[in-house]
Amino acid sequence: MVYKTKMRLFATSYFWAFALVIWALPVPRAMALIEIDITRGKVEPLPVAITDLLGKSPKEIRYGQDIAAVIAQNLRSSGLFRTIEKKAFIEKINDFGKTPRFGDWRVINAQALVTGRIRRVSDGRLKAEFRLWDVVAQKQMTGLQFFTTPKNWRRVAHMIADAIYQRLTGEKGYFDTRIAFISESGPKDKRIKRLTIMDQDGYNLRYLTNGKDLVLTPRFSPRTQEITYMSYAGGRPRVYLLNIETGQREMIGDFPGMSFSPRFSPNGQQVILSLQQGGNANIYTMDLRSRRWTRLTNSPSIDTAPSYSPDGRKVAFESDRGGRQQIYVMNANGSNPKRISFGKGSYSTPVWSPRGDLIAFTKRTGGKFLIGVMRTNGSGERILTEGYHNEGPTWAPNGRVLMFFRESRGANGGPSLYQIDLTGYNEHRVKTPGFASDPAWSPLVN
Amino acid sequence: MMRVISKFRWVGLLVLMLGIGACTNDPGKLSSSASGNAKPGSVEDFNLNVGDRVFFETDQTTLTGTAKATLRRQAAWLKTYPAIRVRIEGHADERGTREYNIALGARRASATKAFLASLGVSPARMKVLSFGKERPVATCDNISCWSQNRRAVTVVTSRAGS
Repeated sequence: MVYKTKMRLFATSYFWAFALVIWALPVPRAMALIEIDITRGKVEPLPVAITDLLGKSPKEIRYGQDIAAVIAQNLRSSGLFRTIEKKAFIEKINDFGKTPRFGDWRVINAQALVTGRIRRVSDGRLKAEFRLWDVVAQKQMTGLQFFTTPKNWRRVAHMIADAIYQRLTGEKGYFDTRIAFISESGPKDKRIKRLTIMDQDGYNLRYLTNGKDLVLTPRFSPRTQEITYMSYAGGRPRVYLLNIETGQREMIGDFPGMSFSPRFSPNGQQVILSLQQGGNANIYTMDLRSRRWTRLTNSPSIDTAPSYSPDGRKVAFESDRGGRQQIYVMNANGSNPKRISFGKGSYSTPVWSPRGDLIAFTKRTGGKFLIGVMRTNGSGERILTEGYHNEGPTWAPNGRVLMFFRESRGANGGPSLYQIDLTGYNEHRVKTPGFASDPAWSPLVN
Repeated sequence: MMRVISKFRWVGLLVLMLGIGACTNDPGKLSSSASGNAKPGSVEDFNLNVGDRVFFETDQTTLTGTAKATLRRQAAWLKTYPAIRVRIEGHADERGTREYNIALGARRASATKAFLASLGVSPARMKVLSFGKERPVATCDNISCWSQNRRAVTVVTSRAGS
């Protein structure tokens, strides 16, 4: 059963050149026997068998093994899946077209099975196909094929992992994403900071600035090829836009005073940020096409860290207008600001979930820094992690996982990136070459 | 910890050094042993004999009595050398979030500039710049360091006659 349903073509930049053909529709989700409810706290990881994608030439075989390994690593990192060791496999899959012997997979306790095939096609690209099987129901759940240039093979693995995650959890995946962050090196009092980008799993790391200028707080555009950030270039701290494909950089809003804390609007057409005006910081938006500025707050206080709701109608921000930092929500035109955080301590860096239901924040209380979430009216506060210093949450595009940075203590201490489920489980460090801070999770690339 | 004590006396607008400067417990400052040699009107003169920085309480931007005394010396010195321009750099300790600290540093620099202006230093001679928590001078993880990092530093950016 082959349905050719959809073909999406991507920009022809070397980095993203892709064609994706969805050729086999899955059985409806309701009919599948296995699924994961990821809204519960600690879930028993689902046992999955991931076989190497079949190849003919040694090169194809190698790609097939490497892609299978990345799929497995992605799924394990979510904490929702346990991958079964290859040496336990009984059936040796050698024909992608054949239905597997489900009994052989049930015996080793696999509930889902992934099979695949990789071919180098005539134009030099790779063609990767995979099938996800429900071992218990003895049915194919989904199948896809992808074409890509060989150097993008990791993205194929991420896209397959996303498809598997989505089919088994009902939620979109987040593996075909990237992280923008600040790499830190040098002593604590003279840190060198570089704008950096890498795949969600730490690979394909690329430095976007050379360390000469202090750079802070990168944020992705919803179109993913642009970043807005703050730079001290020329001794003038201002907000910049950077096209990560072309390297083109542009200062936006050359005001007399400092601009900082930028973030894109959900449609990518505005940047919202803080402008320093004397002792006060106020929130403004700039329309990127008309270059018109609109002032949203005007108070004798520090108003900063603005973040739009995904529908673009509200803005969460932090302000010390009431004495200490608290989270407020206002309409996108600046009207009707309302304080929503009322717990003990101060609250900052509100970030609206891509699903729209929650706001993540940094909380400071009792000499500790915590990462938590609350509903958008301030109710239902839940702390996910706490310690000496945790700061700056950013959401995975599916709104189920957060990343933040954690500082270790002392003169030789420094920040590292961490990831945690919305449930508060599965916290783990995200590998970076050195100290890393200010993470920003990209939207799904595919 | 926060106090910078120097032995000196005002005579009109002239600053006279009496003996060598007292020891400072501020590690961000240069050794004071050379203070007697600092050329009047030089950066060294300002940093050693006047004091280039003031300190703040946690999350506060109001000037303490000690800070005001330092700034009065700075204002007098700046009025003695009217060709000199300065950049006031505001800083925060590491116990705050990044964006807030950037604004907090700016507010500290701004409060410092306003006080100097109230003493007759032309605002046109003073620029402000905030580094937030990005440039600590003390790197331990307790209050003895944090209190040194919550500061506004007046940096001489152009010298008299140059």
